[in-house]
Amino acid sequence: MTAEVDLRGRAQRGLDLEPGLTCRVLEAFIRDEIEKFDIHRAVVALSGGIDSAVSCALAARAFGPERVLAVLMPYRTSNPASRADAETLVEQLGIPSTLIEISAAVDGLLGELDEDPSPLRRGNIMSRARMIALYDQSEAFGGLVVGTSNKTELLLGYGTQFGDMASAVNPIGDLYKTQVRALATALDVPVAIRDKAPSADLWVGQSDEDELGFDYETADQVLYLLIDEMYSTADLIADGFHADLVYELQRRVVRSQFKRRLPLIAKLSNRTIDRDFRYPRDWGR
Amino acid sequence: MQNIRLALAQIRPALGDLDHNLALHLDYIERATTAGADVVVFPEQSLTGYFLSDLVPDVALPRDDPRLDPLREASQRIDVIFGFVEETTDHRFLPAAGYLHKGAFVHVHHKVYLVTYGLFDEARDLAGGGAVRAFDTRFGRKSMLICEDLWHPTTASIAAADGADVIYGLSSSPGRGVAGGTHELGSAETWRAMNRLYASLHVCYVVHCNRVGFEDGVNFWGGSEVIGPDGELLARAPDFEEALVFATLADAPLRRQRTRLPLRRDEDVTLNGREFARIAAQRHWQDDG
Repeated sequence: MTAEVDLRGRAQRGLDLEPGLTCRVLEAFIRDEIEKFDIHRAVVALSGGIDSAVSCALAARAFGPERVLAVLMPYRTSNPASRADAETLVEQLGIPSTLIEISAAVDGLLGELDEDPSPLRRGNIMSRARMIALYDQSEAFGGLVVGTSNKTELLLGYGTQFGDMASAVNPIGDLYKTQVRALATALDVPVAIRDKAPSADLWVGQSDEDELGFDYETADQVLYLLIDEMYSTADLIADGFHADLVYELQRRVVRSQFKRRLPLIAKLSNRTIDRDFRYPRDWGR
Repeated sequence: MQNIRLALAQIRPALGDLDHNLALHLDYIERATTAGADVVVFPEQSLTGYFLSDLVPDVALPRDDPRLDPLREASQRIDVIFGFVEETTDHRFLPAAGYLHKGAFVHVHHKVYLVTYGLFDEARDLAGGGAVRAFDTRFGRKSMLICEDLWHPTTASIAAADGADVIYGLSSSPGRGVAGGTHELGSAETWRAMNRLYASLHVCYVVHCNRVGFEDGVNFWGGSEVIGPDGELLARAPDFEEALVFATLADAPLRRQRTRLPLRRDEDVTLNGREFARIAAQRHWQDDG
Protein backbone atom coordinates (compact mmCIF):
# COMPACT_ATOMS: atom_id res chain seq x y z
CA MET A 1 0.00 0.00 0.00
CA THR A 2 1.41 3.36 -0.96
CA ALA A 3 0.76 6.43 1.10
CA GLU A 4 -2.17 8.56 0.02
CA VAL A 5 -1.11 11.79 -1.64
CA ASP A 6 -2.61 15.24 -1.79
CA LEU A 7 -4.74 15.17 1.31
CA ARG A 8 -5.09 18.92 0.99
CA GLY A 9 -6.85 18.49 -2.35
CA ARG A 10 -9.03 15.80 -0.85
CA ALA A 11 -10.00 18.13 1.99
CA GLN A 12 -10.77 20.97 -0.42
CA ARG A 13 -13.07 18.71 -2.44
CA GLY A 14 -14.70 17.35 0.71
CA LEU A 15 -15.34 20.82 2.11
CA ASP A 16 -16.82 22.04 -1.16
CA LEU A 17 -20.57 21.82 -0.75
CA GLU A 18 -23.65 22.07 -2.89
CA PRO A 19 -25.34 25.19 -1.48
CA GLY A 20 -28.82 24.69 -2.94
CA LEU A 21 -29.13 21.15 -1.65
CA THR A 22 -27.63 22.08 1.72
CA CYS A 23 -30.06 24.98 2.18
CA ARG A 24 -32.98 22.74 1.28
CA VAL A 25 -32.03 20.19 3.95
CA LEU A 26 -31.33 22.85 6.59
CA GLU A 27 -34.55 24.79 6.01
CA ALA A 28 -36.54 21.56 6.25
CA PHE A 29 -34.58 20.66 9.39
CA ILE A 30 -35.47 23.94 11.13
CA ARG A 31 -39.12 23.72 10.15
CA ASP A 32 -39.59 20.03 10.90
CA GLU A 33 -37.70 19.85 14.18
CA ILE A 34 -39.46 22.94 15.59
CA GLU A 35 -42.94 22.37 14.20
CA LYS A 36 -43.17 18.86 15.61
CA PHE A 37 -43.27 20.59 19.00
CA ASP A 38 -46.26 22.63 17.74
CA ILE A 39 -44.14 25.77 17.58
CA HIS A 40 -43.97 27.74 14.34
CA ARG A 41 -41.50 30.48 15.19
CA ALA A 42 -37.82 30.96 15.86
CA VAL A 43 -35.52 33.42 17.59
CA VAL A 44 -31.91 33.97 16.59
CA ALA A 45 -29.16 35.95 18.31
CA LEU A 46 -27.83 38.13 15.52
CA SER A 47 -24.31 39.42 16.15
CA GLY A 48 -23.41 40.86 12.78
CA GLY A 49 -21.13 37.90 12.12
CA ILE A 50 -21.44 35.34 9.37
CA ASP A 51 -22.61 32.35 11.44
CA SER A 52 -25.64 34.02 12.97
CA ALA A 53 -26.41 35.66 9.62
CA VAL A 54 -26.60 32.24 7.95
CA SER A 55 -28.70 30.69 10.74
CA CYS A 56 -31.05 33.68 10.63
CA ALA A 57 -31.40 33.59 6.85
CA LEU A 58 -32.14 29.86 6.96
CA ALA A 59 -34.74 30.34 9.68
CA ALA A 60 -36.39 33.15 7.70
CA ARG A 61 -36.62 30.85 4.69
CA ALA A 62 -37.96 28.02 6.84
CA PHE A 63 -40.78 29.93 8.53
CA GLY A 64 -41.22 33.08 6.47
CA PRO A 65 -39.71 36.36 7.66
CA GLU A 66 -42.50 37.46 10.00
CA ARG A 67 -42.05 34.39 12.20
CA VAL A 68 -38.34 34.86 12.93
CA LEU A 69 -37.15 37.32 15.54
CA ALA A 70 -33.58 38.61 15.38
CA VAL A 71 -32.25 39.55 18.80
CA LEU A 72 -29.39 42.07 18.79
CA MET A 73 -27.54 42.18 22.09
CA PRO A 74 -24.60 44.56 22.02
CA TYR A 75 -22.31 45.35 24.97
CA ARG A 76 -20.94 48.87 25.29
CA THR A 77 -17.54 47.82 23.87
CA SER A 78 -19.06 45.90 20.95
CA ASN A 79 -17.95 47.06 17.54
CA PRO A 80 -20.66 49.47 16.26
CA ALA A 81 -20.12 48.03 12.78
CA SER A 82 -21.39 44.67 14.05
CA ARG A 83 -24.74 46.18 14.98
CA ALA A 84 -24.95 48.07 11.70
CA ASP A 85 -24.26 44.87 9.76
CA ALA A 86 -26.88 42.99 11.76
CA GLU A 87 -29.42 45.74 11.03
CA THR A 88 -28.62 45.57 7.33
CA LEU A 89 -29.40 41.86 7.35
CA VAL A 90 -32.61 42.38 9.35
CA GLU A 91 -33.75 44.86 6.74
CA GLN A 92 -32.76 42.63 3.85
CA LEU A 93 -34.59 39.62 5.29
CA GLY A 94 -37.59 41.70 6.34
CA ILE A 95 -37.71 40.07 9.77
CA PRO A 96 -38.70 41.67 13.08
CA SER A 97 -35.86 42.46 15.45
CA THR A 98 -35.34 43.64 18.98
CA LEU A 99 -32.37 45.37 20.56
CA ILE A 100 -31.41 44.40 24.08
CA GLU A 101 -28.33 46.13 25.50
CA ILE A 102 -26.52 43.79 27.87
CA SER A 103 -24.16 46.46 29.25
CA ALA A 104 -26.13 47.19 32.43
CA ALA A 105 -26.61 43.49 33.24
CA VAL A 106 -22.98 42.58 32.55
CA ASP A 107 -21.54 45.64 34.32
CA GLY A 108 -23.85 45.04 37.26
CA LEU A 109 -22.49 41.53 37.65
CA LEU A 110 -18.90 42.63 37.08
CA GLY A 111 -19.37 45.29 39.78
CA GLU A 112 -20.18 42.59 42.29
CA LEU A 113 -16.83 40.89 41.73
CA ASP A 114 -13.90 41.70 44.02
CA GLU A 115 -11.25 41.44 41.37
CA ASP A 116 -10.97 42.52 37.74
CA PRO A 117 -11.82 39.37 35.77
CA SER A 118 -9.74 38.16 32.86
CA PRO A 119 -10.90 38.86 29.29
CA LEU A 120 -11.98 35.22 29.06
CA ARG A 121 -14.19 35.54 32.15
CA ARG A 122 -15.64 38.82 30.92
CA GLY A 123 -16.35 37.22 27.55
CA ASN A 124 -18.07 34.26 29.18
CA ILE A 125 -20.23 36.57 31.29
CA MET A 126 -21.30 38.52 28.18
CA SER A 127 -22.04 35.33 26.30
CA ARG A 128 -24.17 33.96 29.14
CA ALA A 129 -25.95 37.29 29.63
CA ARG A 130 -26.94 37.11 25.96
CA MET A 131 -28.19 33.56 26.49
CA ILE A 132 -30.48 34.77 29.33
CA ALA A 133 -31.91 37.57 27.18
CA LEU A 134 -32.28 35.28 24.16
CA TYR A 135 -34.14 32.55 26.05
CA ASP A 136 -36.40 35.20 27.55
CA GLN A 137 -37.20 36.39 24.02
CA SER A 138 -37.79 32.77 23.05
CA GLU A 139 -40.60 32.64 25.60
CA ALA A 140 -41.91 36.11 24.77
CA PHE A 141 -41.94 35.59 20.99
CA GLY A 142 -43.08 31.98 21.23
CA GLY A 143 -40.22 30.67 19.11
CA LEU A 144 -37.39 28.21 19.69
CA VAL A 145 -33.76 29.30 19.74
CA VAL A 146 -31.94 28.52 16.50
CA GLY A 147 -28.24 27.97 17.19
CA THR A 148 -25.31 29.69 15.54
CA SER A 149 -22.28 27.51 16.43
CA ASN A 150 -20.48 25.99 13.45
CA LYS A 151 -18.68 22.64 13.40
CA THR A 152 -15.21 24.21 13.58
CA GLU A 153 -15.88 26.10 16.79
CA LEU A 154 -17.84 23.22 18.31
CA LEU A 155 -14.92 20.86 17.64
CA LEU A 156 -12.34 23.33 18.94
CA GLY A 157 -14.43 24.25 21.97
CA TYR A 158 -14.23 27.86 20.82
CA GLY A 159 -17.49 28.92 22.41
CA THR A 160 -19.04 29.46 25.82
CA GLN A 161 -20.86 26.50 27.30
CA PHE A 162 -24.41 27.55 28.30
CA GLY A 163 -23.69 30.82 26.48
CA ASP A 164 -23.50 31.13 22.71
CA MET A 165 -23.45 27.31 22.47
CA ALA A 166 -26.98 27.12 23.87
CA SER A 167 -29.82 26.50 21.43
CA ALA A 168 -32.83 24.28 20.75
CA VAL A 169 -31.86 23.34 17.21
CA ASN A 170 -28.66 24.14 15.36
CA PRO A 171 -28.73 24.12 11.56
CA ILE A 172 -25.03 24.91 11.06
CA GLY A 173 -23.39 22.65 13.65
CA ASP A 174 -22.30 20.15 10.97
CA LEU A 175 -20.80 22.82 8.71
CA TYR A 176 -17.18 23.92 8.98
CA LYS A 177 -16.48 27.65 9.01
CA THR A 178 -15.41 27.70 5.36
CA GLN A 179 -18.63 25.86 4.43
CA VAL A 180 -20.67 28.45 6.32
CA ARG A 181 -18.95 31.08 4.17
CA ALA A 182 -19.98 29.25 1.01
CA LEU A 183 -23.55 29.03 2.25
CA ALA A 184 -23.55 32.74 3.16
CA THR A 185 -22.78 33.58 -0.45
CA ALA A 186 -25.60 31.36 -1.69
CA LEU A 187 -27.98 32.96 0.83
CA ASP A 188 -27.05 36.49 -0.31
CA VAL A 189 -25.73 37.49 3.09
CA PRO A 190 -24.42 41.07 2.71
CA VAL A 191 -20.81 41.31 1.53
CA ALA A 192 -19.82 43.36 4.59
CA ILE A 193 -20.74 40.40 6.80
CA ARG A 194 -19.11 37.82 4.52
CA ASP A 195 -15.83 39.65 4.08
CA LYS A 196 -14.96 40.80 7.59
CA ALA A 197 -12.49 38.96 9.79
CA PRO A 198 -14.30 36.50 12.10
CA SER A 199 -14.55 37.82 15.66
CA ALA A 200 -16.38 36.88 18.83
CA ASP A 201 -16.34 40.66 19.50
CA LEU A 202 -15.97 40.09 23.22
CA TRP A 203 -13.29 42.76 23.49
CA VAL A 204 -12.14 45.56 21.24
CA GLY A 205 -10.17 44.36 18.25
CA GLN A 206 -10.60 40.64 19.01
CA SER A 207 -9.96 38.35 16.06
CA ASP A 208 -10.74 34.62 16.09
CA GLU A 209 -7.81 33.71 13.90
CA ASP A 210 -5.30 35.82 15.92
CA GLU A 211 -6.57 34.37 19.15
CA LEU A 212 -6.60 30.79 17.93
CA GLY A 213 -3.22 31.16 16.22
CA PHE A 214 -4.28 29.62 12.89
CA ASP A 215 -6.56 30.42 9.97
CA TYR A 216 -9.94 28.74 9.56
CA GLU A 217 -9.19 27.44 6.09
CA THR A 218 -6.26 25.34 7.27
CA ALA A 219 -8.00 24.36 10.50
CA ASP A 220 -11.04 23.16 8.56
CA GLN A 221 -8.89 21.05 6.26
CA VAL A 222 -7.11 19.41 9.20
CA LEU A 223 -10.33 18.82 11.13
CA TYR A 224 -12.13 17.51 8.05
CA LEU A 225 -9.37 14.98 7.38
CA LEU A 226 -9.09 13.88 11.04
CA ILE A 227 -12.81 13.77 11.85
CA ASP A 228 -14.74 13.18 8.64
CA GLU A 229 -12.19 11.14 6.71
CA MET A 230 -10.63 9.48 9.79
CA TYR A 231 -7.02 10.03 8.70
CA SER A 232 -4.39 9.88 11.45
CA THR A 233 -2.29 12.83 12.58
CA ALA A 234 0.70 10.95 11.09
CA ASP A 235 -1.04 10.82 7.68
CA LEU A 236 -1.54 14.58 7.74
CA ILE A 237 1.99 15.37 8.84
CA ALA A 238 3.42 13.03 6.16
CA ASP A 239 1.37 14.94 3.61
CA GLY A 240 2.92 18.25 4.61
CA PHE A 241 0.57 19.69 7.22
CA HIS A 242 2.52 21.44 9.99
CA ALA A 243 2.93 18.99 12.89
CA ASP A 244 2.46 21.61 15.61
CA LEU A 245 -0.82 22.75 14.09
CA VAL A 246 -2.14 19.21 13.65
CA TYR A 247 -1.33 18.31 17.25
CA GLU A 248 -2.72 21.59 18.56
CA LEU A 249 -6.04 21.08 16.77
CA GLN A 250 -6.31 17.51 17.93
CA ARG A 251 -5.51 18.56 21.50
CA ARG A 252 -8.26 21.21 21.38
CA VAL A 253 -10.83 18.69 20.14
CA VAL A 254 -10.01 16.27 22.95
CA ARG A 255 -9.80 18.95 25.63
CA SER A 256 -13.19 20.44 24.76
CA GLN A 257 -15.13 17.17 24.52
CA PHE A 258 -16.94 17.98 27.79
CA LYS A 259 -18.53 21.03 26.17
CA ARG A 260 -20.23 18.89 23.55
CA ARG A 261 -21.87 16.53 26.05
CA LEU A 262 -24.49 16.87 28.73
CA PRO A 263 -23.18 17.17 32.29
CA LEU A 264 -22.10 13.83 33.72
CA ILE A 265 -24.58 12.07 35.95
CA ALA A 266 -23.24 9.81 38.69
CA LYS A 267 -24.59 6.38 37.93
CA LEU A 268 -26.46 4.65 40.76
CA SER A 269 -29.58 3.01 39.35
CA ASN A 270 -30.01 0.47 36.58
CA ARG A 271 -31.41 3.08 34.24
CA THR A 272 -29.57 6.37 34.27
CA ILE A 273 -30.62 9.27 32.04
CA ASP A 274 -28.73 9.23 28.72
CA ARG A 275 -26.70 6.16 29.69
CA ASP A 276 -29.20 3.32 29.72
CA PHE A 277 -32.39 5.38 29.65
CA ARG A 278 -32.10 5.95 25.93
CA TYR A 279 -35.03 7.67 24.29
CA PRO A 280 -34.84 9.90 21.23
CA ARG A 281 -35.50 13.59 21.73
CA ASP A 282 -38.25 13.31 19.11
CA TRP A 283 -40.00 10.73 21.29
CA GLY A 284 -43.56 10.33 19.98
CA ARG A 285 -43.16 13.13 17.40
CA MET B 1 -45.53 -12.27 -13.70
CA GLN B 2 -48.95 -10.60 -13.57
CA ASN B 3 -48.98 -6.89 -14.30
CA ILE B 4 -49.07 -4.74 -11.16
CA ARG B 5 -50.40 -1.26 -10.69
CA LEU B 6 -48.11 -0.20 -7.85
CA ALA B 7 -48.37 2.68 -5.37
CA LEU B 8 -45.28 3.92 -3.52
CA ALA B 9 -46.28 5.53 -0.21
CA GLN B 10 -43.42 7.83 0.73
CA ILE B 11 -44.59 8.80 4.20
CA ARG B 12 -43.26 10.66 7.22
CA PRO B 13 -44.00 8.47 10.25
CA ALA B 14 -43.96 9.88 13.78
CA LEU B 15 -41.31 8.35 16.01
CA GLY B 16 -42.85 5.78 18.33
CA ASP B 17 -46.50 6.77 17.72
CA LEU B 18 -48.28 3.65 16.43
CA ASP B 19 -51.75 5.20 16.40
CA HIS B 20 -50.66 8.18 14.35
CA ASN B 21 -48.75 6.01 11.92
CA LEU B 22 -51.55 3.51 11.54
CA ALA B 23 -53.93 6.34 10.61
CA LEU B 24 -51.32 7.60 8.14
CA HIS B 25 -51.12 4.13 6.55
CA LEU B 26 -54.89 3.89 6.24
CA ASP B 27 -55.03 7.31 4.58
CA TYR B 28 -52.40 6.36 1.97
CA ILE B 29 -53.97 2.95 1.46
CA GLU B 30 -57.34 4.60 0.83
CA ARG B 31 -55.82 6.96 -1.73
CA ALA B 32 -53.90 4.15 -3.42
CA THR B 33 -57.02 1.97 -3.57
CA THR B 34 -59.13 4.79 -4.96
CA ALA B 35 -56.52 5.32 -7.67
CA GLY B 36 -56.84 1.67 -8.66
CA ALA B 37 -53.53 0.35 -7.30
CA ASP B 38 -53.07 -3.41 -6.76
CA VAL B 39 -50.20 -3.11 -4.30
CA VAL B 40 -49.12 -0.30 -1.97
CA VAL B 41 -45.65 -0.30 -0.45
CA PHE B 42 -44.48 1.62 2.62
CA PRO B 43 -40.93 2.26 3.93
CA GLU B 44 -38.89 0.44 6.57
CA GLN B 45 -40.43 0.65 10.07
CA SER B 46 -43.22 2.70 8.54
CA LEU B 47 -45.49 1.85 11.47
CA THR B 48 -43.01 2.74 14.21
CA GLY B 49 -40.43 5.30 13.06
CA TYR B 50 -36.76 4.49 12.86
CA PHE B 51 -34.36 5.68 15.62
CA LEU B 52 -36.30 3.95 18.40
CA SER B 53 -33.62 3.02 20.95
CA ASP B 54 -35.53 2.18 24.16
CA LEU B 55 -38.88 2.66 22.41
CA VAL B 56 -38.47 -0.71 20.65
CA PRO B 57 -40.36 -2.82 23.24
CA ASP B 58 -43.13 -0.17 23.34
CA VAL B 59 -43.86 -0.35 19.61
CA ALA B 60 -42.99 -3.96 18.73
CA LEU B 61 -45.97 -6.16 17.84
CA PRO B 62 -46.53 -9.87 17.32
CA ARG B 63 -47.86 -10.38 13.82
CA ASP B 64 -51.27 -11.51 15.13
CA ASP B 65 -51.68 -8.36 17.26
CA PRO B 66 -55.21 -6.88 16.96
CA ARG B 67 -53.69 -3.44 16.47
CA LEU B 68 -52.77 -4.65 12.97
CA ASP B 69 -56.41 -5.54 12.20
CA PRO B 70 -57.12 -2.28 10.31
CA LEU B 71 -54.22 -3.07 7.97
CA ARG B 72 -55.40 -6.66 7.60
CA GLU B 73 -58.86 -5.36 6.79
CA ALA B 74 -57.49 -2.86 4.27
CA SER B 75 -55.62 -5.71 2.56
CA GLN B 76 -58.95 -7.17 1.46
CA ARG B 77 -58.89 -4.56 -1.29
CA ILE B 78 -55.19 -3.99 -1.97
CA ASP B 79 -51.97 -5.84 -1.15
CA VAL B 80 -50.10 -3.94 1.56
CA ILE B 81 -46.35 -4.05 2.13
CA PHE B 82 -45.30 -2.23 5.29
CA GLY B 83 -42.53 -2.02 7.83
CA PHE B 84 -42.82 -2.75 11.55
CA VAL B 85 -40.95 -4.28 14.45
CA GLU B 86 -42.10 -7.83 15.12
CA GLU B 87 -41.98 -9.31 18.59
CA THR B 88 -41.52 -13.07 18.63
CA THR B 89 -43.09 -15.39 21.18
CA ASP B 90 -39.73 -15.55 22.94
CA HIS B 91 -39.63 -11.72 23.08
CA ARG B 92 -37.03 -10.88 20.51
CA PHE B 93 -37.65 -7.73 18.45
CA LEU B 94 -36.96 -7.95 14.72
CA PRO B 95 -37.23 -5.26 12.03
CA ALA B 96 -39.80 -6.69 9.65
CA ALA B 97 -41.42 -6.17 6.28
CA GLY B 98 -44.89 -7.68 6.05
CA TYR B 99 -46.85 -8.55 2.88
CA LEU B 100 -50.59 -8.56 3.58
CA HIS B 101 -53.22 -9.90 1.19
CA LYS B 102 -56.88 -10.70 1.90
CA GLY B 103 -56.42 -10.20 5.61
CA ALA B 104 -53.40 -12.45 6.10
CA PHE B 105 -49.63 -12.28 5.95
CA VAL B 106 -48.37 -13.85 2.74
CA HIS B 107 -44.80 -13.39 3.95
CA VAL B 108 -42.78 -11.59 6.58
CA HIS B 109 -39.13 -10.76 5.96
CA HIS B 110 -36.88 -9.97 8.89
CA LYS B 111 -33.98 -7.62 8.21
CA VAL B 112 -30.96 -9.88 7.88
CA TYR B 113 -28.20 -7.28 8.12
CA LEU B 114 -28.70 -5.08 11.15
CA VAL B 115 -26.70 -1.90 10.79
CA THR B 116 -24.48 -1.06 13.74
CA TYR B 117 -21.87 1.47 12.67
CA GLY B 118 -21.68 5.20 12.05
CA LEU B 119 -24.98 6.77 13.09
CA PHE B 120 -26.70 3.37 13.37
CA ASP B 121 -27.06 1.21 16.47
CA GLU B 122 -29.61 -1.41 15.51
CA ALA B 123 -28.01 -4.50 17.02
CA ARG B 124 -28.18 -2.79 20.44
CA ASP B 125 -31.97 -2.93 20.39
CA LEU B 126 -33.00 -5.42 17.71
CA ALA B 127 -32.43 -8.99 16.57
CA GLY B 128 -31.67 -9.90 12.97
CA GLY B 129 -33.44 -12.37 10.72
CA GLY B 130 -31.93 -15.53 9.30
CA ALA B 131 -33.45 -15.97 5.86
CA VAL B 132 -33.75 -14.34 2.46
CA ARG B 133 -36.63 -15.80 0.46
CA ALA B 134 -38.76 -15.16 -2.55
CA PHE B 135 -42.45 -15.92 -2.04
CA ASP B 136 -45.51 -16.38 -4.21
CA THR B 137 -48.19 -13.70 -4.50
CA ARG B 138 -51.17 -13.33 -6.78
CA PHE B 139 -48.87 -11.34 -9.10
CA GLY B 140 -46.05 -13.87 -9.21
CA ARG B 141 -42.92 -14.42 -7.15
CA LYS B 142 -41.57 -11.47 -5.16
CA SER B 143 -39.02 -10.70 -2.50
CA MET B 144 -38.74 -8.09 0.23
CA LEU B 145 -35.47 -6.73 1.60
CA ILE B 146 -34.91 -4.02 4.19
CA CYS B 147 -32.43 -1.16 3.73
CA GLU B 148 -29.03 -2.46 4.92
CA ASP B 149 -29.88 -5.87 3.43
CA LEU B 150 -29.40 -4.22 0.04
CA TRP B 151 -25.93 -2.94 0.92
CA HIS B 152 -24.97 -6.62 0.78
CA PRO B 153 -25.39 -7.49 -2.90
CA THR B 154 -25.70 -11.18 -2.09
CA THR B 155 -29.21 -10.65 -0.66
CA ALA B 156 -30.48 -9.38 -4.01
CA SER B 157 -28.68 -12.28 -5.71
CA ILE B 158 -30.45 -14.78 -3.46
CA ALA B 159 -33.83 -13.11 -4.03
CA ALA B 160 -33.31 -13.21 -7.80
CA ALA B 161 -32.04 -16.79 -7.79
CA ASP B 162 -35.09 -17.75 -5.74
CA GLY B 163 -37.24 -16.42 -8.56
CA ALA B 164 -38.28 -12.92 -7.49
CA ASP B 165 -39.34 -10.79 -10.44
CA VAL B 166 -39.84 -7.79 -8.16
CA ILE B 167 -37.51 -6.90 -5.30
CA TYR B 168 -39.28 -4.63 -2.84
CA GLY B 169 -36.71 -2.63 -0.87
CA LEU B 170 -38.03 -0.83 2.22
CA SER B 171 -35.78 1.88 3.62
CA SER B 172 -35.33 4.53 6.26
CA SER B 173 -32.25 5.96 4.63
CA PRO B 174 -30.68 9.01 6.31
CA GLY B 175 -29.54 11.70 3.90
CA ARG B 176 -25.90 12.69 4.13
CA GLY B 177 -23.16 13.97 1.87
CA VAL B 178 -23.66 17.44 0.35
CA ALA B 179 -20.45 17.60 -1.68
CA GLY B 180 -20.21 20.17 -4.43
CA GLY B 181 -20.67 19.31 -8.09
CA THR B 182 -23.70 17.10 -7.59
CA HIS B 183 -27.28 18.06 -6.98
CA GLU B 184 -28.13 15.02 -4.92
CA LEU B 185 -27.10 13.69 -1.55
CA GLY B 186 -24.25 11.21 -1.47
CA SER B 187 -26.52 8.60 0.08
CA ALA B 188 -29.17 9.14 -2.64
CA GLU B 189 -26.57 8.81 -5.37
CA THR B 190 -25.41 5.46 -4.01
CA TRP B 191 -28.95 4.11 -3.61
CA ARG B 192 -29.90 5.08 -7.14
CA ALA B 193 -26.82 3.34 -8.50
CA MET B 194 -27.59 0.22 -6.47
CA ASN B 195 -31.25 0.06 -7.51
CA ARG B 196 -30.33 0.40 -11.14
CA LEU B 197 -27.56 -2.16 -10.91
CA TYR B 198 -29.72 -4.78 -9.19
CA ALA B 199 -32.57 -4.31 -11.65
CA SER B 200 -30.22 -4.51 -14.65
CA LEU B 201 -28.11 -7.46 -13.54
CA HIS B 202 -30.89 -9.51 -11.98
CA VAL B 203 -33.22 -8.52 -14.84
CA CYS B 204 -36.10 -7.75 -12.52
CA TYR B 205 -38.05 -4.81 -11.15
CA VAL B 206 -36.59 -3.00 -8.16
CA VAL B 207 -38.98 -0.99 -6.02
CA HIS B 208 -37.25 1.19 -3.45
CA CYS B 209 -39.54 2.89 -0.95
CA ASN B 210 -37.77 5.35 1.35
CA ARG B 211 -39.31 7.61 3.96
CA VAL B 212 -39.05 11.35 4.55
CA GLY B 213 -38.99 13.61 7.61
CA PHE B 214 -36.52 14.11 10.44
CA GLU B 215 -35.70 12.22 13.62
CA ASP B 216 -33.39 13.88 16.14
CA GLY B 217 -31.85 16.07 13.43
CA VAL B 218 -31.34 13.25 10.91
CA ASN B 219 -33.16 13.70 7.60
CA PHE B 220 -34.64 10.90 5.52
CA TRP B 221 -34.41 11.89 1.89
CA GLY B 222 -37.25 10.04 0.18
CA GLY B 223 -36.65 9.74 -3.56
CA SER B 224 -38.52 6.42 -3.71
CA GLU B 225 -38.31 4.87 -7.16
CA VAL B 226 -39.18 2.00 -9.44
CA ILE B 227 -36.55 0.67 -11.84
CA GLY B 228 -37.44 -1.60 -14.74
CA PRO B 229 -35.55 -4.75 -15.78
CA ASP B 230 -33.56 -2.82 -18.38
CA GLY B 231 -32.43 -0.31 -15.76
CA GLU B 232 -34.90 2.33 -16.82
CA LEU B 233 -36.39 4.67 -14.23
CA LEU B 234 -40.17 4.12 -14.30
CA ALA B 235 -41.27 6.36 -11.44
CA ARG B 236 -39.65 8.47 -8.78
CA ALA B 237 -41.08 10.34 -5.82
CA PRO B 238 -39.64 13.77 -5.00
CA ASP B 239 -36.79 14.13 -2.53
CA PHE B 240 -37.68 15.20 1.06
CA GLU B 241 -41.46 15.45 0.53
CA GLU B 242 -44.30 13.08 1.33
CA ALA B 243 -45.75 11.58 -1.83
CA LEU B 244 -47.87 8.85 -3.30
CA VAL B 245 -46.44 7.80 -6.65
CA PHE B 246 -47.71 5.19 -9.08
CA ALA B 247 -46.07 2.87 -11.59
CA THR B 248 -47.08 -0.09 -13.68
CA LEU B 249 -44.90 -3.18 -13.45
CA ALA B 250 -45.66 -5.25 -16.54
CA ASP B 251 -44.61 -8.69 -17.70
CA ALA B 252 -43.85 -7.75 -21.31
CA PRO B 253 -40.71 -5.67 -20.60
CA LEU B 254 -39.50 -8.43 -18.30
CA ARG B 255 -39.89 -11.03 -21.05
CA ARG B 256 -38.24 -8.83 -23.64
CA GLN B 257 -35.26 -7.99 -21.45
CA ARG B 258 -34.76 -11.59 -20.29
CA THR B 259 -34.76 -12.64 -23.94
CA ARG B 260 -32.19 -10.01 -24.87
CA LEU B 261 -30.08 -10.52 -21.78
CA PRO B 262 -30.56 -14.03 -20.34
CA LEU B 263 -28.40 -13.42 -17.27
CA ARG B 264 -30.89 -15.11 -14.99
CA ARG B 265 -31.05 -18.24 -17.12
CA ASP B 266 -27.27 -18.49 -17.07
CA GLU B 267 -26.77 -17.77 -13.38
CA ASP B 268 -25.00 -20.82 -11.91
CA VAL B 269 -26.64 -21.28 -8.53
CA THR B 270 -24.84 -24.58 -8.04
CA LEU B 271 -21.48 -22.92 -8.55
CA ASN B 272 -22.43 -20.13 -6.12
CA GLY B 273 -23.61 -22.61 -3.52
CA ARG B 274 -20.50 -24.75 -3.82
CA GLU B 275 -18.05 -21.86 -3.63
CA PHE B 276 -19.84 -20.05 -0.79
CA ALA B 277 -20.03 -23.33 1.14
CA ARG B 278 -16.29 -23.82 0.63
CA ILE B 279 -15.51 -20.26 1.74
CA ALA B 280 -17.80 -20.54 4.77
CA ALA B 281 -16.10 -23.79 5.79
CA GLN B 282 -12.64 -22.28 5.37
CA ARG B 283 -13.63 -19.20 7.34
CA HIS B 284 -14.98 -21.37 10.09
CA TRP B 285 -11.69 -23.22 10.16
CA GLN B 286 -9.67 -19.99 10.12
CA ASP B 287 -11.75 -18.44 12.90
CA ASP B 288 -11.13 -21.49 15.04
CA GLY B 289 -7.45 -21.51 14.20
